[in-house]
Amino acid sequence: MRKKWMSSFLTLALSTVLVLSGCSSNEEAGNSPAPAEGTDPPTETAAQDTMIMGRGGDSVALDPAIVTDGESLKIGHQVFDSLLDYKEGETEVVPGLAESWEISADGLKYTFKLKSGVKFHDGTDFNAEAVVFNFNRWSDPASEYKFEGDSFDYYDSMFGPEDGRVIKEVKAIDETTVEFTLNQPQAPFLQNIAMTPFGIASPTAIQEKKENFKSEPVGTGPFVFVEWKRNDSITLEKNPNYWKEGLPKLNKVIVRSIPDNTARFNALQNGEIDVMEDLNPDDLSILEGNSELQKIERPPFNVAYIGFNFKKKPFDDVKVRQALNHAVNKQGIIDAFFAGQAQPAVNPMPPTLWGYNDAIEDYPYDLEKAKALLAEAGFPDGLPDPVTFYAMPVSRPYMPDGKKVAEAIQADFEKIGVTVNIESPEWATYLDDAKAGEKDDLYMLGWTGDNGDPDNFLYTLLDKDAIPGNNRSFYVNEELHVLLTDAQKETDQDKRAELYKQAQVIIKEDAPWIPLVHTTPILAGKANLKGFVPSPLGSESYANAYFE
Amino acid sequence: MNSYIVKRILVLLPVLLGMTLIVFSIIHAIPGDPAETILGQKATEQSKQALRDQLGLDKPWFHQYFAYLGDLLQGDLGTSIRTKVPIAQEIVPYLTATLELTMASMLFAVIIGVNAGIVSAWKHNSWFDYCCMVIALVGVSMPIFWLGLMEQWLFANKLHWLPSIGRMNARDPVEAITGLYVLDTMIAGRWDQLWTVTKHLILPSVALGTIPMAVIARMTRSSMLEVMSSDYIRTAKAKGLGPFFVVYGHALKNAFIPVLTVIGIQTGSLLGGAVLTETIFAWPGVGRYIYEAISSRDYPVIQSGILIVAFFFVLINLIVDLLYAVFDPRISYK
Repeated sequence: MRKKWMSSFLTLALSTVLVLSGCSSNEEAGNSPAPAEGTDPPTETAAQDTMIMGRGGDSVALDPAIVTDGESLKIGHQVFDSLLDYKEGETEVVPGLAESWEISADGLKYTFKLKSGVKFHDGTDFNAEAVVFNFNRWSDPASEYKFEGDSFDYYDSMFGPEDGRVIKEVKAIDETTVEFTLNQPQAPFLQNIAMTPFGIASPTAIQEKKENFKSEPVGTGPFVFVEWKRNDSITLEKNPNYWKEGLPKLNKVIVRSIPDNTARFNALQNGEIDVMEDLNPDDLSILEGNSELQKIERPPFNVAYIGFNFKKKPFDDVKVRQALNHAVNKQGIIDAFFAGQAQPAVNPMPPTLWGYNDAIEDYPYDLEKAKALLAEAGFPDGLPDPVTFYAMPVSRPYMPDGKKVAEAIQADFEKIGVTVNIESPEWATYLDDAKAGEKDDLYMLGWTGDNGDPDNFLYTLLDKDAIPGNNRSFYVNEELHVLLTDAQKETDQDKRAELYKQAQVIIKEDAPWIPLVHTTPILAGKANLKGFVPSPLGSESYANAYFE
Repeated sequence: MNSYIVKRILVLLPVLLGMTLIVFSIIHAIPGDPAETILGQKATEQSKQALRDQLGLDKPWFHQYFAYLGDLLQGDLGTSIRTKVPIAQEIVPYLTATLELTMASMLFAVIIGVNAGIVSAWKHNSWFDYCCMVIALVGVSMPIFWLGLMEQWLFANKLHWLPSIGRMNARDPVEAITGLYVLDTMIAGRWDQLWTVTKHLILPSVALGTIPMAVIARMTRSSMLEVMSSDYIRTAKAKGLGPFFVVYGHALKNAFIPVLTVIGIQTGSLLGGAVLTETIFAWPGVGRYIYEAISSRDYPVIQSGILIVAFFFVLINLIVDLLYAVFDPRISYK
């Protein structure tokens, strides 16, 4: 009996829903002449004080010291200040929490004078002790504030691993003076100190929140962390006590994760977000045709390249590498796949970086010359075996579509008698394989600079010390190694620049790579958004942004 | 009936256990170094080795499996390698987001699908029938990715009727109580937000619900056609009942069982298969959670995420089985 009642009830309920659905659709068709209210408005009338930023991925953690991914550092840059900062839109070092600094003659002592009166978001004072606390936390492997699973990778890679730390000691001289003693001189020390991973966190907050600190960050930065909805949005509010007069100009910043580039652009056009990163090159013409939107260019500070695997024959032969360098039509690739938003790369570092050697000429696109060089290397009919070319399966700011670019190069290589098999294994496998160097003959990769120092390109990617690791070409040149390590110890920037220029000459001659392009990543924003200056390093402060 | 439910639940245990084993084995067959993927290109060799030690990645896989199982039995789903947050805590908002989207999609799919199927069967071989079946065929073969972007382009960019991404208006955020925002806004009495939240649901649910809708429409149609030709329907018609009562009062009840099966299967598959929709509409759901875990080799998240989705799938099957009995008391519990 009860079951029968239930079945009748369910049937009735279902049919009611069915009938209602019919009615409601009629109703809606009948009286919806105006656009529905409540949708995010396409345009704002009053001056807006909230900026919604759309980006491709979420942060991994909000404590910038424990992360290495760019998305996490972007938030870190809003919540934290470092001792030093980079000039807006550039890579030059300027004062941050430290007003001034002195360097001893031997380059081993750095004394920083700190700003006074600065407070962390939790109301505690920023002072020399706080700086000491942070640096000790990062350098001491047994620190009680190094929580389970955490590692301070940027600290280790910039200031040396546990057994070879660059920083010997950090000492508080008085409330506003802090002294760094180094074990050995490090030329890019100031550039490094300015990086977001070395943002100064509130010691009190770390002590109280412990492992929760990575999702509830407290710094001195222009914006205060409010809420993190994972994979959805991060909400930040204005720091009313910010030490830079009149900043930030916005009251609130919401950073949303919208993985698909096209969907993100749709959301911008619909007014749901105010500014977005990583525009598809294909959407550039729509952006330029829309007067309510503006194009924002991030200064190029990256390099995309094809690396030769020196472990594989015949790529250990410089003639072969030079031949293939002649066979890539960089301008053609830029026109076809980058919507013109890139420039051909000659050297392994971008021309905007100091120490760039602009006297070096690229191997011109010349198939005859390529064939001649191959013949000299003993391959008059081209290479006998097909070449395995690893093409990136993921999109990166320096390489939006690796497979298409690889196909274009494949066609050119075919013309000089080099048969190419393109392979694109899944990203983790790709990186592994390239690092092991057993499967690939050629591989495609790229790099975005971390700190505005040539060392971060040349030594990091091409020195013999970077094997195994980022030197996936297994390229070893002792002369280059001496130059690059000397440059690390040299404190005179002009002399360093000279060393890097020499290094680039050697690299060009050895041709371990085919440098492809330096791209200009494109952001798009509402036309009335002002003061948004993208940093070449990938993460910028939103403190100066405002709406007109 | 109670003992039936208990028996059904007991059967779930070996199913779930088998599931853990399968997921675990497949994940560990994937080539590549998880430490490299998790920590990124810029991490140092030392911290990668530390991570390998910490995760026991160097140990044999069965060692890792039993350790995982042991934790699981204590209700510990593990800790995400990437974010270092316990999964049991982290997965809840993703799960509720997906549940809300799935329910809205199925509501759309069932309402449209069942109705279209009924009318098609009723007006068998009419132009309406043909149209419905062509639409159903197109619906089944429609790429979700394309459909989603087209919806955004038309309804958000051109007509400005509906929002294109997310679950709510970011400028007027919804306070999460249950995590199901439609419910939360009602609890909070924020009717304006309820309207906004509902509108955010429309485009993704239509994108996600189109395939189930088409499948349900076809199943309802064929099932109804069968029932409509049976004797008791003829009797009902002969008694002079109006067509509405014949169809909804008599025929639908009996035609509904195969449809219910399809609804159950489709709901289950939506739970885990919503990755594309969640990506296009920036919906912070469990599909994207697992997808991102896969691309960063976050083993614990992949395992537990898939396990939870499987658990819901099995749960839905259980509900469907129980509903069979409600619709047709002749189905026995043996």
